[in-house]
Amino acid sequence: MNRKREHHESVAMGQTVSTMSRAFAHLSDEAVVALIARSDEQALAELYDRLGHVAYGLAVRVVRNGALAEDAVQDAFLTVWRNASTFMPERAKASTWVLTLVHRRAVDLVRREQRRRAEPLEAAGDPAGEGSAADAVWLRYERERVQDALRRLPDQQREALELAYYGGFSQSELAERLGQPIGTIKSRMFSGLARLRELLAEPMPEERTWEPKPSTT
Amino acid sequence: MGTEALHDLTAAYALDALDPTDRARYEAHLAQCDECREELASFTETAASLAYAVESPAPPPQLRERILETARAERPNVVPLRPRWAVPAAATAVVAVAAAIALAVWATSLSGKLDRARDARSAQERVAAILGSADARAFSAGRGRVVVTPNGSAALVVTQLRPAREGMRYEAWVADTGAPRRAGMFDARDGVTAVALGRRVAPGATVMVTEEKEAGANAPTHAPLITVKTS
Repeated sequence: MNRKREHHESVAMGQTVSTMSRAFAHLSDEAVVALIARSDEQALAELYDRLGHVAYGLAVRVVRNGALAEDAVQDAFLTVWRNASTFMPERAKASTWVLTLVHRRAVDLVRREQRRRAEPLEAAGDPAGEGSAADAVWLRYERERVQDALRRLPDQQREALELAYYGGFSQSELAERLGQPIGTIKSRMFSGLARLRELLAEPMPEERTWEPKPSTT
Repeated sequence: MGTEALHDLTAAYALDALDPTDRARYEAHLAQCDECREELASFTETAASLAYAVESPAPPPQLRERILETARAERPNVVPLRPRWAVPAAATAVVAVAAAIALAVWATSLSGKLDRARDARSAQERVAAILGSADARAFSAGRGRVVVTPNGSAALVVTQLRPAREGMRYEAWVADTGAPRRAGMFDARDGVTAVALGRRVAPGATVMVTEEKEAGANAPTHAPLITVKTS
């Protein structure tokens, strides 16, 4: 994971960024959370600027509704604001913490609202807006890396992971929907996640070695 | 559900794919199982990476403003009372899952009239539910930490609590406007002791711990070893 962070920072420092984020550019996400624990609002803004885009994208994917997605993201960041002093960097990355909070909230919302996944995706946010160029490059790299790993999973494992994580289906809902015993679903989730972990740990093939490049979007 | 079966739920939990009952059971199990905490930390990171595979629209700009404004309005909400490195990390009661990942908590039972084992189990579930509540607020003082949900359910987490003396146990108290009222007896555990309080904690109330005879006392018999004010 250090590899990613170095890339991220080397790009972020080379780009035009706001005055506010320049002050934090050298800090890891975890160090930013430590500042948030001291009620530093600018640090909260910095964390949002780093993770808000992915967080919102995830929330929209799960709840399929712009307003609900905003609620999930807002709840997650305010939870971070209120509880940053309880965060344990030796146990989890800050980004994992934030995205886990967003996901949990989004899944709870989608189950409560009964807005099922069959509904068309509402237009939400500004599809053209990509944040800073550095973020856009970083996000595209990470997106390709994870998508690539997902593609290499066996179909049934990928289906179980995607329906659970993006669809917000519980394992019993999935068992019913796929007509499989719950034990089968459980084991697909377990094997799928374990395999995905292995794939993500593999170094990128040579030709895919990541180079900072200007955003073309 | 047996331990093996609970262990098997780790992946589903990391994906937020458990139904509420299983989720609560798993969280209670998590409080006692080092192996599952390790596995969950790793699976949670993998699950979170799935967020990056989404082709996402940028969030509307007003979302950023709203989050920052709301945060500003709450400030200073939870100002740490001491530098964070002085707070034993394990004492942190976390919020939602990441909380649970970070959770190094061994729930202990509150003694009661019920069968000990059954009571222990439900107490663990209560602790896990409180620590896992997204709306909970946490207050610290010294080695003590109190986590309160909006409805007043509260958990007390204490680090490095030495075993009570022979014939004695610890007793928790909640003091609001009047005299301290009993909130349960408990024993110290190695490392971290976590208990669900047997009494609701109103905003601003104080939670205290004293060492008392096994039967408990009707009022604290000495100055509290731990005092945490929830404001």
